[in-house]
Amino acid sequence: MSDTINNINGAKDAKGVCGTAIIKISTPVDRGALMSLRAGDNVLLTGTIYTARDAAHKRFIECIDKGEPLPLSLDNQIIYYCGPTPPAPNHCIGSAGPTTSSRMDKYAPDILRKTGLSAMIGKGGRSIDVISAIKECGAVYFAAAGGAGALISSRIKSSQIICYDDLGPEAVYKFEVESMPLIVAVDSAGNDLYESGPQEYLSQKSR
Amino acid sequence: MRTVLYSSIVNTVRQMCIDAAYVLPDDVLARIKQAHSDETFPRARDILGQIIENANIAAEKKIPVCQDTGFALFFVKMGCGVRVDGGNLNDAVNEGTRKGYAEGYLRGSIVNDPVFDRKNTSGNTPALIHVDLVDGEQFEITILPKGGGCENMGGLAMLKPADGLPGIIKFVRETVAGAGGNPCPPTVVGVGIGGTADAACLLAKKALLRPVGVNHADNRYAKLENGLLEEINASGIGPQGLGGKHTALWVSVEYMPCHIASMPVAVSINCHAARRLTAVL
Repeated sequence: MSDTINNINGAKDAKGVCGTAIIKISTPVDRGALMSLRAGDNVLLTGTIYTARDAAHKRFIECIDKGEPLPLSLDNQIIYYCGPTPPAPNHCIGSAGPTTSSRMDKYAPDILRKTGLSAMIGKGGRSIDVISAIKECGAVYFAAAGGAGALISSRIKSSQIICYDDLGPEAVYKFEVESMPLIVAVDSAGNDLYESGPQEYLSQKSR
Repeated sequence: MRTVLYSSIVNTVRQMCIDAAYVLPDDVLARIKQAHSDETFPRARDILGQIIENANIAAEKKIPVCQDTGFALFFVKMGCGVRVDGGNLNDAVNEGTRKGYAEGYLRGSIVNDPVFDRKNTSGNTPALIHVDLVDGEQFEITILPKGGGCENMGGLAMLKPADGLPGIIKFVRETVAGAGGNPCPPTVVGVGIGGTADAACLLAKKALLRPVGVNHADNRYAKLENGLLEEINASGIGPQGLGGKHTALWVSVEYMPCHIASMPVAVSINCHAARRLTAVL
């Protein structure tokens, strides 16, 4: 990440990679600002995020289906698809990169529509159903660099298990992150960088 | 008859689990650096830069390169003149794995039952152990910690002999392209051709044991490897599936004899964190 860093509402004239500015976002996120992000934007996220992956999502949906409250409020929150390694002594967390998001595709539309979740962080493409729900709810899907768990770990300033301790690495953790590098992969208008990114490269190459 | 102590297998395996999780093989990191300098697409270059920075942080801070510290796969070449003293090989490897994953702060990623319980076994066991019995008194053990995200993207095709080389290329291309950004590209692709369904899958895994940048000794297969790499990278999927020149870092092919009616082809995809470590006892 190089070049000028701008605040989310700041001027976007400075060019980072791909000609886009690097945009700083803090939680709690402002929905309007979140919805102004576009697929391909580079973002540095600071604030609170919650991990949840396969097993936690299954339990969330079981709660929602039974009409029971979730063990944490997801309203305007960000879920990070991640199952970290345990922390070594003097570390707040171990390696903590994203896991494959498509495994959460079965659950994500309901969670977006029923909890007020504002964003998801993961890796890899999403289904049409998830992209529709993202559009409908004004949410965003961010990509973090898969396999960069040590780098991301260095941006996590504190971690705490919130619930589902029995799931081990699949428990829900609350992370406080500082300048976590993300790319907007699906924006609130439904633009999908997993479709447009490779096409953009191929058309640039053939020019 | 040479004796290898149970305890030395345990200690070696323990250390291998930890070292493999923290430090990428030199050949893999060199290839990623080469991709970074060759990459023409800015977003892809940026991602490759993060991957290199990640490898440096992991090695320096002694923290796993990736939080998915994998299914612990072991490939053992054991001479017929070797005897394990103090217990059996299977127990030694599993004990070493449990210790390594606990003491190295690695993630236990194995559940006891795939369908009903799905309860984490905690120690990342059982390990999966493949033993080849060879001549002599050697004992060589390799760990391939295999991430779940990339493993899910592999595939098997029981092709017809008439499908020939075009059929193989089509299947490999479609499998890797279909995986998109899911297996953490740029990937290392192992291809196993021949044998039976099960043998082809194991061959694809064994193909991942070869250092990246080293072609098959048989020129025809070396040419196939280079051709497949070119085909895969022509997809434009790129690092993390977000566009770019490098969808795969390398393709390795292994083959074996097969039935007159068959041409099995298996693909095993490894993420860019293509961890692998060998020890000789």
